[in-house]
Amino acid sequence: MSGPRTRITPHRDGPLLVRGDFELTDQDGNVIDPGREVVALCRCGKSRIRPFCDGSHQVVRFRAPSGAEDRTGG
Amino acid sequence: MPILPAARGRLSRALLDAISEAPGAALEARPSGGADPLGDEDLHLALYCCYELHYRGFDAVDERWEWDPGLLAFRAALEAVFEDGLRAAVGSWEDAPLVDHTRMDLLLREIGEAVAAPSVSAHIARDGTREQLEELLVHRSAFQLKEADAHTWAIPRLVGGPKGAMVEIQADEYGGGRPERIHAKLFADTLAGLGLDATYGAYLDRLPGLTLATVNLASMCGLHRRLRGAIVGHLALYEMQSSVPSRRYAEGLRRLGVDDPGVVEFFSEHVAADAVHEAIAAVDMAGGLARDEPALGPQVLWGARALAHLDARQAHELMDAWAQGRSSLLRVPVAL
Repeated sequence: MSGPRTRITPHRDGPLLVRGDFELTDQDGNVIDPGREVVALCRCGKSRIRPFCDGSHQVVRFRAPSGAEDRTGG
Repeated sequence: MPILPAARGRLSRALLDAISEAPGAALEARPSGGADPLGDEDLHLALYCCYELHYRGFDAVDERWEWDPGLLAFRAALEAVFEDGLRAAVGSWEDAPLVDHTRMDLLLREIGEAVAAPSVSAHIARDGTREQLEELLVHRSAFQLKEADAHTWAIPRLVGGPKGAMVEIQADEYGGGRPERIHAKLFADTLAGLGLDATYGAYLDRLPGLTLATVNLASMCGLHRRLRGAIVGHLALYEMQSSVPSRRYAEGLRRLGVDDPGVVEFFSEHVAADAVHEAIAAVDMAGGLARDEPALGPQVLWGARALAHLDARQAHELMDAWAQGRSSLLRVPVAL
C-alpha cells in the first residue's frame, strides 16, 4: 500500500509499526503469525503479547523519540 | 429491523408518534430549556432515534422519514441543545489556537490523561461481578453493534493521507472483508456467548440518556461535514484508549470463568488491532488532517475532548451505581 519497500516506523512513546511485505519469525526460524497486514511491535518491553504491542506503553508511560536517539553521552 | 423504543418524554413521544405515521406528519415539538443537554433521557432518546433512521431504521417506520424536512428540523433543534451543552462542558474550537500538527499525538494523549474518572476497565479486570460485566456490555451494545459506522460517514469528506489512514482503520474494523471478523459481529458473538441478546437495538429501552449521548456524539459528528475534524478527533482518541481497556475486559472475562475464545475474541482482537490503529489514527489521520486543513486542528482536539468528557461522566455513573449496589441500566418499561 505504501510502496514496494517495507517500512518500519518507531512511533513516539509507542511501538514500531511495520508496514509492507515482511516475515516475522522467532530465533529458530519458526514463523510467528501476525494475524494482520500492518503490525505494531512492542518497544517498551511491557506488552503481554510480545513481540506485538498491546498498548502497555501508555500504562508505564514509556518515553522514546520517533527519530534516532543518541544517549551514549559521547 | 429494530423495534421502536418506549417514549421517555414529550420529545421522544412526538417523534415516535410521528414516524409511526406516513412521512410528512407534523413534528412541531421543540426542546425547552433546563434539561441536562448531555444526559437528558427524552432528548437523547429522540436524537438517537432520529439518527437511527440513517443506520438501520426501525421496523414498520417508513424509510422516507430519513430525509423528511420536518424531522430534520426537529433533529437540528435537538442537536443545537446537545452541541451547546458540549461547548459549555469542553469549550469551543473556534476560540482555540491552531495546533502544531507534529504534536497531535501528544495533544490527544494529554486529553486522555487529563480525565479524572474512575477506570471501569480496571474495576472489571480486578473485582467486577458478572452482572456488572454484562451491564457494561449492554451499555456498549448501542455503539459496538454498529462499531465503526459513525466514523465511516466521514470518509467522503477527507482526502489524501487522512482519508487513507481512516480507510485503513475502518477496513480493519470491518474485518478486512471477512464478514465473520467484522468487529460488530465479534461483539455480537461476545453478547450471545454470555447469554445476552445480540439483536441490534435489543437493549435500547434499558440504555440511559447518557449512554445514548455517547453514541449521538459520534453520529452527530459523523453526519455533519462541518464536524469532520471532530469525528476524526473522536476516532483518534477512541482508538488510543482501546487497547489497554480491551485487555482488561478480557482479563475480567477470564477471571469470571469465561474463557471461551469466541466470547473473549472481541476484546483480544482489539488489543493488538487498536495498538496499530492508535499510531495510525493519532499521527497519520488526526495529525495529517491538522496538517492539510490547519483550521480543523482545534476541532480535532474538540472531538477528542467531547468524547473524553462523556466517557468520564459515564464512568462516574456506572461506578456510582455499582458502589451503591444498584443497576446502571434503566428498568424495563412497563410496556414491555
